[in-house]
Amino acid sequence: MTSRRLHARRLEGVDKNIWVDFTQLAADYKAVNLGQGFPDFSPPSYIQEAFCKAVSGGSSMQQYTRAFGHPALVKILAKFFGRIVGREVDALEEILVTVGAYQALFCTFQALVDEGDEVIIVEPFFDCYQPMVMMAGGKPVYVPLRPKAMEGGKVLSSEDWVLSAEELASKVTPRTKAIVINTPNNPLGKVYKTEELQVIADLCIKHDLVCVSDEVYEWLTYDGAKHVKIASLPGMWERTVTIGSAGKTFSATGWKVGWAIGAGRMLKHLKTVHQNSVYHCATAAQEAVAQGFQREYDQFGSPESYFLQLPEMLQHKRRKLASCLESVGLQPILPEGGYFMIADISSVKVELNDLSTQDEPQDYRFVKWLIKEKGLATIPVSAFYSQEHRKDFQNYIRFCFVKEDSTLNAAENILRKWSDGK
Amino acid sequence: MASLRHKNSKRIEGLDKNVWVAFTSVAADPSIVNLGQGYPDIPPPSYVKEALARASSVDKMNQYTRGFGHPALVKALSQVYGKVYSQPIDPLKEILVTVGGYGSLFSTMQGLVEEGDEVIIIEPFFDCYVPMVRMAGAKPVLIPLRLKTDKKTNITSADWALDPEELSSKFNSKTKAIIINTPNNPIGKVFTREELQTIADLCIKHDTLCFSDEVYEWLIYKGHHHVKIATLPGMWDRTITISSAGKTFSVTGWKLGWSIGPEHLIKHLQTVMQNTIYTCPTPLQEAVAQGLLRDYNLMGQPECYFTSLAVELEAKRDRMAAILRDVGMSPFVPEGGYFMIVDVTPLDQDLSHMGGDEADDEAYDYKFVKWMIKEKKLAAIPVTAFVGDESRKQFEKYIRLCFIKQESTLDAAEVIFKNWSKDRPI
Repeated sequence: MTSRRLHARRLEGVDKNIWVDFTQLAADYKAVNLGQGFPDFSPPSYIQEAFCKAVSGGSSMQQYTRAFGHPALVKILAKFFGRIVGREVDALEEILVTVGAYQALFCTFQALVDEGDEVIIVEPFFDCYQPMVMMAGGKPVYVPLRPKAMEGGKVLSSEDWVLSAEELASKVTPRTKAIVINTPNNPLGKVYKTEELQVIADLCIKHDLVCVSDEVYEWLTYDGAKHVKIASLPGMWERTVTIGSAGKTFSATGWKVGWAIGAGRMLKHLKTVHQNSVYHCATAAQEAVAQGFQREYDQFGSPESYFLQLPEMLQHKRRKLASCLESVGLQPILPEGGYFMIADISSVKVELNDLSTQDEPQDYRFVKWLIKEKGLATIPVSAFYSQEHRKDFQNYIRFCFVKEDSTLNAAENILRKWSDGK
Repeated sequence: MASLRHKNSKRIEGLDKNVWVAFTSVAADPSIVNLGQGYPDIPPPSYVKEALARASSVDKMNQYTRGFGHPALVKALSQVYGKVYSQPIDPLKEILVTVGGYGSLFSTMQGLVEEGDEVIIIEPFFDCYVPMVRMAGAKPVLIPLRLKTDKKTNITSADWALDPEELSSKFNSKTKAIIINTPNNPIGKVFTREELQTIADLCIKHDTLCFSDEVYEWLIYKGHHHVKIATLPGMWDRTITISSAGKTFSVTGWKLGWSIGPEHLIKHLQTVMQNTIYTCPTPLQEAVAQGLLRDYNLMGQPECYFTSLAVELEAKRDRMAAILRDVGMSPFVPEGGYFMIVDVTPLDQDLSHMGGDEADDEAYDYKFVKWMIKEKKLAAIPVTAFVGDESRKQFEKYIRLCFIKQESTLDAAEVIFKNWSKDRPI
């Protein structure tokens, strides 16, 4: 039709996406799906009721609400998170509601990253950070979490994966604009300790960097691990954008309500991106999330709090999956937080005969084999690494354990049969 | 400590101001009759709300769905638009579901427009087109609709037209796209087939893309016909057509829209989507799918919401026009959409007393609307919000009124206008 290139250059290199490929494959083979990260159980009934109530509400519920966030929602978010970080958060100036945490990430990079800016990304990383930085003209610079050398050789917990402070510091250049952290981490499940965050904070302050802190799994910590907000460390509020998700908080990923919280001086730029991209977020969903947070504010710390009930429920599922993986010769890394567990597949001996995957990394090949031959879907962990480091991390696959027991049991059956058949 | 390093990226420089930021706080004041921002205060059809309540009670519907569009929704869209276009539309490759028509516009600009490009925009334009083009790094090239008549009465949106030679002069080798909006916001013009053909001829001649914003596609009044430029010969391959569930079903707060076009263009919008929002809310998409199927089966019949809403709005349009005529003004009766513009010169309102630094350079219509909100408790939108600086003089005597409002709102507006005309004999 035309000789000219149609697409904008900002799309170069960001067109591939593992979810599109792997979710299609899981669907095609009707696999037991421990791949993509979403619950297969329902959100708590009180929040579903809140949504129903909002939907049947007056005409204002069906029309545009305040562009930067429905008033009831930003007010309760300010109150709720203000109490956690120990400061007055301004509902109108310091919060932006977005279409999922995904859009909050997008607004942050578009607002603050210019052509040529460098952005440090800690690996393994939720895969969208890389294309988002690139689409903003930025250059991703990677620094990996590495498993500590352990006595007995076994790395058993996400706690044992750490950043080297020297390696991290070496990545900063005069062009570094920001650093992106994710705690609890996807896919590893690491929950950064205060000391670890302090190392990052020190670097941010020393080099005047912005910190983008993706905390969507903030309520999901296990075995007493504590979620710490880097924005609450001295000197960090003014330079941190903290991102959260109603989808992960209330097990309602399909609602796509998220937020960015931070100093007004920075948030106003995210608002400019927002008003020139989607402008408004759906009203009824925001109203329901506001009701949810109001209830949680009142129940905070009590046994009725969903923010305590959910991690407790998931703690069991996590242990169950970990035992199952161990029993079949896969070595799980027990996550301190989040939705996912990675397992080391090094000791698995399988004939990967699929010629269509022969040029792919080992974990990709194994995951595809597992879907096609065993009907179990997972995600290859090297997808969460940069091209340059991918080859060093090809021996892990990621499982999502935020699933009904029946799903986890089905997965267990598949793994047992396979192990017994070996 | 104000760090220069935390300042905004270049792409959003100068894009922070916005007419809505100035005028929507007005909407919160219940003492003001709000004919400003474009959203209905009439309820949406009940079957659509019921569909949402049903969807949200299904477990799966509360979790992620397909990124480029919920399967049930893209299938329904494929059916409805397959019929409208009289050609099969591939639900997976030729449709992208977005966060409102706004999100489709953004995905289109980010996907297909970049630095070095020029994009032609017809004035008056829905105000986001210019900042979106600029955020994509490109240059907006403006061309105004011009009044083609000297008539002072019985004027309509059809009296505004593009000058074909002037339009032609705007195209050059850098022109990446032209944006059209039919029915047009704010004037309500419904471009005729001949007018669209003129635009199409230029797109084909210069190998330009066409972004057609058709969010008001169903709101067409008697005697007029909505034509999709994508259906003209040679245009399907180079056109993205944008629609809105919010405008279609009177649920602007649902923020769902869609882009339809050829795979080789839509795939780039999909790439933008997967790197910006990833997926739209599931239960809302399911509900819109149900609504579309219901109306697809009724298409052409009076019970079809696409028809019944237009009938309902035509009555409101005519009422609004009559209210304005009664006080000596001549509104441009729109052929489509839910806005009407009117020349406020006959009111002869002296605003020279409105001082203040920013007011000095402020266009007359901005001053007028602010005065009207304060003194008359009636809100509208100044039409120069929809034009570039060079066209300001041409358009600063017009204000935009939204008439998709309950009768009680229109009653209240009528009272205000009647009292107004009593205060000053016209």
